[in-house]
Amino acid sequence: MSLVELTQIRKSFGPVEVLKDVSLKVEKGEIVAIIGRSGSGKSTLLRCINGLEQVQAGRILVAGIDVTARNADLNVLRERAGMVFQSYNLFPHLDVERNVTLALKLVKKLDREAAGKIARDVVARVGLAEKLHAYPDELSGGQQQRVAIARSLAMQPALMLFDEITSALDPELVGEVLRVLEGVAKEGMTMMLVTHEMNFAKNVADRVIFMHEGRIHEDGPAREILQTPRTAELGSFLSAVLH
Amino acid sequence: MIREFAGADVVYLLLAARWTVALALVAMLGGGLLGLVIAALRIVPFKPANWLAILYINLIQGTPLLGQLFIFFFGLPLIGIQVDAWTAAAISLSIYAAAFFGEIWRGALQSVSIRQWEAGASLGLTYGQRLFYVVLPQALRVAVAPTVGFLVQLIKNTSLTALIGFVELTRAGQIISGATFAPLRVYLVVAVVYFVICFSLSQMSRRLERKLHVAR
Repeated sequence: MSLVELTQIRKSFGPVEVLKDVSLKVEKGEIVAIIGRSGSGKSTLLRCINGLEQVQAGRILVAGIDVTARNADLNVLRERAGMVFQSYNLFPHLDVERNVTLALKLVKKLDREAAGKIARDVVARVGLAEKLHAYPDELSGGQQQRVAIARSLAMQPALMLFDEITSALDPELVGEVLRVLEGVAKEGMTMMLVTHEMNFAKNVADRVIFMHEGRIHEDGPAREILQTPRTAELGSFLSAVLH
Repeated sequence: MIREFAGADVVYLLLAARWTVALALVAMLGGGLLGLVIAALRIVPFKPANWLAILYINLIQGTPLLGQLFIFFFGLPLIGIQVDAWTAAAISLSIYAAAFFGEIWRGALQSVSIRQWEAGASLGLTYGQRLFYVVLPQALRVAVAPTVGFLVQLIKNTSLTALIGFVELTRAGQIISGATFAPLRVYLVVAVVYFVICFSLSQMSRRLERKLHVAR
């Protein structure tokens, strides 16, 4: 069974249909980049996968958990599927260490010491060991986003969802976040990323999905899709973002 | 018989000020608890509950506190419920305070971005955990200043209970002023006592805000 299985998902916001009959399977260890114009439904797709949005029709299975079931235990699901957001969303009242340990203590029920050790490990992995006791507003956007990745990594999820995580960053800060992502990718994490970083998609992702008007328009190996787009829509999208 | 305004009168005023403080404390606690309920009713995703809270808030905020006091003190006995001045004052000030606390706290809760709820959710935190560990600490920081600001109003508003004969600071001032014919001096002392109470409260709030800000 695939790690993520979407079957004929439909999602509307009021009268606007954002996802139209989307089906998709993602295997364990796969790195999937989701690209497309704004409004094409790519962020909504990610948000549906961890239950932040409810779908009107279809079925979503993540690590064997039926997200779309009426009585779905979304908290267990989210423990297994981490998510990193465009706007970092660190907890501003907690320092870096406690941002990471909060869910370890509350959700994983780890004691202070065990949670603290994991926090130091993951924060070091994103290269911010010396910022362990800094507060979010003392960090740059890039550093905050790296902490957000660490916070999610600490939960040891089976799947990580990244929603345009470099889009709010100053250009010179994008690189440091992408390097952290590459590191995570190399360790075999299953990842789904909504991104506008085409080079990153080409070099790090195994697979690229192009969303257009609420549908999966193209889906295939990253290099092949990006170098030889099959449809005019992807071709024009690529030439628009690459220039 | 007219006598001089003396030290004993100041002591009498200070003793009466205890009732001002006691009444404000009761209204703060009663109004605080009821205010939490109002804030909750205001934000739960259930329309009739929201309407009920909005009706309550508008009704209480849209009528004078003095009128509310009169309704409890003079109105309740007409339907056979006997209340003394203290009970009527405590009940109506609590009801009054709840309408304001409810609105202040709802605003503070809603000032915390929906993204903070989502970030908590995406880590597997339950609704209660998100509320208590993520949202409330941030809302608290926002709420301190307006909450204390309203408490200062509340303390000053306890003076209205003098009109239903509750002997707190203002009523004590009236009594002594009547006995000494020295209203200027008496009411100046009364004003100074109110000022000391309210000023120390806002100083405490300042310190609390600073502390919360340093601890984020």
